Amino acid sequence: MKKLFKLIPFFLVALVLTACSAAEETATESTTDEAVICAPESLETLTPGVLTIATGEPAYYPWVIDDAPESGQGFEAAVAYAVAAQLGYDQAAVTWVRTTFDAAIAPGPKTFDINLQQYSITDQRREVVDFSSPYYKANQTIISFKGSKLDGVTTLQGVADAGAKLGAAVGTTSLEVIESAFGLSPAVYNDNAAGVTALKNQQIDGLVVDLPTAFYLAAVEIPDGIIVGQIEGSDASDQGFGLLLAKSSPITSCVTQAVDAIRSSGELANITSQWLADSAGAPVLQ
Amino acid sequence: MSTPVLRVEKLRKTFGSEIVLQDISFTVPEHTATVFIGASGSGKSTLLRCINLLDQIDDGVIKLDDHDISGADIDPDEVRKKLGMVFQSFNLFPHMTVLENITLAPTKVQKVKNEAAIHEAFELLDRFGLKEKADQYPDRLSGGQQQRVAIIRSIARHPRLLLLDEITSALDPVLVNEVLSTVRDLKGEGMTMVLATHEMGFAKQVANEVCYLHAGRILEWGAPTAILEDPKHPETREFIKRVHEAGRL
Amino acid sequence: MIENQGRRIGDNSDPAPYDFGGAWQPSEIELTRRVARRKRNQRNALIAAGSSAVVIGSLIVVLVTSPGWIALRDTFFKWAYGVEILPKILLGFTTNMTLTVIAGSSVAIIGLMIALIRTSRTPALTPFRFLAMIYVDVFRGIPMLLVILLIGFGVPALQLKGVTNNVLVLGTIAVIITYSAYVAEVIRSGILTIHPSQRAAARSLGLSHFQTLRFVVLPQAIKRVTPPLLNDLVALIKDTGLISILGVTDAVRAAQIQTAKTFNYTPYVMAACVFLAVTIPLTRATDRMLRRTLERQNAQGQA
Repeated sequence: MKKLFKLIPFFLVALVLTACSAAEETATESTTDEAVICAPESLETLTPGVLTIATGEPAYYPWVIDDAPESGQGFEAAVAYAVAAQLGYDQAAVTWVRTTFDAAIAPGPKTFDINLQQYSITDQRREVVDFSSPYYKANQTIISFKGSKLDGVTTLQGVADAGAKLGAAVGTTSLEVIESAFGLSPAVYNDNAAGVTALKNQQIDGLVVDLPTAFYLAAVEIPDGIIVGQIEGSDASDQGFGLLLAKSSPITSCVTQAVDAIRSSGELANITSQWLADSAGAPVLQ
Repeated sequence: MSTPVLRVEKLRKTFGSEIVLQDISFTVPEHTATVFIGASGSGKSTLLRCINLLDQIDDGVIKLDDHDISGADIDPDEVRKKLGMVFQSFNLFPHMTVLENITLAPTKVQKVKNEAAIHEAFELLDRFGLKEKADQYPDRLSGGQQQRVAIIRSIARHPRLLLLDEITSALDPVLVNEVLSTVRDLKGEGMTMVLATHEMGFAKQVANEVCYLHAGRILEWGAPTAILEDPKHPETREFIKRVHEAGRL
Repeated sequence: MIENQGRRIGDNSDPAPYDFGGAWQPSEIELTRRVARRKRNQRNALIAAGSSAVVIGSLIVVLVTSPGWIALRDTFFKWAYGVEILPKILLGFTTNMTLTVIAGSSVAIIGLMIALIRTSRTPALTPFRFLAMIYVDVFRGIPMLLVILLIGFGVPALQLKGVTNNVLVLGTIAVIITYSAYVAEVIRSGILTIHPSQRAAARSLGLSHFQTLRFVVLPQAIKRVTPPLLNDLVALIKDTGLISILGVTDAVRAAQIQTAKTFNYTPYVMAACVFLAVTIPLTRATDRMLRRTLERQNAQGQA
């Protein structure tokens, strides 16, 4: 009898956890204000009058130069300041913070107004965060080193047949591409830095990253680094890089408008050709 | 006269600045038992430990069958193959059965064959009335039974000399008798023994010679009746008197 | 003077034995006592049940009616989804288990060797004793994550000839090196707690130092430290999850990959359940073993 009483708490807890709730989840409705003035005085940022922008730690070339986004040097740094200026924030009104890649995508309150670190817009991510319209689009690319199993491979089938070990960071579209394009089981790392280390150690044969990052890593970080090729078709599911905001953020529409504005004015094209000019011309694996 | 099994000459033992034994000299002829009596702390246990080379002596000579076993280059393991020692706290190996306790040393040290060792162990257990305990673990035996097993364990190797250190001090009076009769039987079979004890029954029934240890010296020695009934030295008288008063004689 | 059937204490004049009557029946007093005891036990049981129901019940009510409960339940306990991805987690878990078996057996051997070196007294082994002490201090003092990173990523960077750069091998080595230090200390403490009288008895029987160790000291020492060693085994099972940082897909990483896709944390809960399915039986077995050893120990010396 006593033993039975001891088990009651466990039964109760198990019961609760497995019980189907009668109450239905209420769908969250996003409130879109119409005709909001997109200016610092009226935008509901974390700190009034200040635009808090986040990026990765460390932030790599060519997205940010010398890990110093405040300088405005680098593709994403330049885009950030262009968008800020469009919204009416001058350089002094912009504050930078750092987050890890996956911490920002996770649901929950944010430490920033906008985050940009090569976030691909996907429908799944859209369920938990907001995105602006895309500011850049590029294929996923495989980088490797001279003399590896992938050296000289020119087709998608060739990659699959080479029996190579491919790596990518967790939670990235790069990771999904490995599975969908090659059906290979990947080596999964906490972040790109760990993946780069593994590639340098030749513990993996190839690392999958976006194209501009591939150029940088193959040229600078990986000894005898080579670009095996862009993965054709990987940009179909990928809707491009977008600025990331908290779900149902009040400033999403204004930020989207800002991105559209710098695109139509040609400013975005200028920034792209300034910082990403040498990121063209990699072979395409088909 | 044949060589005595044990000859101790002017043995001295100190622990730091404390003198525990001094000027200890005695001989133990074959097939005899020498019993050391004395108050606690008189050095009885230390003496036995020194003979067994568990403690290093500070002066003097110990000779076993006329071989010096107290030399600096003596291998204690070789010496201990000829000695047997039984302790106050039995010290049976709790993770082995009674049988395994007894056969461990003969098989591993003397390299006796397993079957022979088991056979002999059973014989000994039978002789001392413990045969049905052979496959039990020590914790299922009474104190007296454990001590008797300990004695059997040490004689299974046929030592030249058996050292018995206060072997009944941890037993209640009822159990002392069974151990005493085991030791008596051993004596009857001709085992050469040195005992340290409080138990006057040993002195009376087993000893050929009794030595009274006081403050690290052998104050008086002689035949059991002489020492126990008519001691000469005042200290010895005092001790025997106290033993009488405690009802232990 | 107690009057009892006309006999006095100490009166042995009457040689007849005390009359014990027939077979024993409980007296009136005893029967009333039993009734009272039964009533009291029932009351206690009711109080215990009532108290449990009230406290646990209110905790559950508070939990379920709290504003975040639905979100919590859907984010962490979406069972349908959890069951769907369970095979992937189990697949990763085979890596954890393989690592545990390989590392566990290696650690047992290496840990024992180091413990023996540290408790030896031979002069020839002095430098090894010293090295063993340093080894144990260092690897009990560094977080295992660091060791894994150093060996898994750092060693291959040296590009030494003939040294593998396979992350699974290197990760296993890192785990083995770290845990051997802990196990060595546990075994050593076990050896040191064996009473010197056991050693004295063994030596008096003529057993050599090595034989004493092998037949008398070690068997008892190992038995004594089996509960803490089992604790270390449980810790090892959990710590195998750390090699995921080297790119190995184990149960933890498998859960992480799923979570990163759907932003639902149920995979983490599933991974936790998988680990618990192995560790809980082990801890319960350890408890039982410990209880039995204590009972045995405390019963000793009562014969």
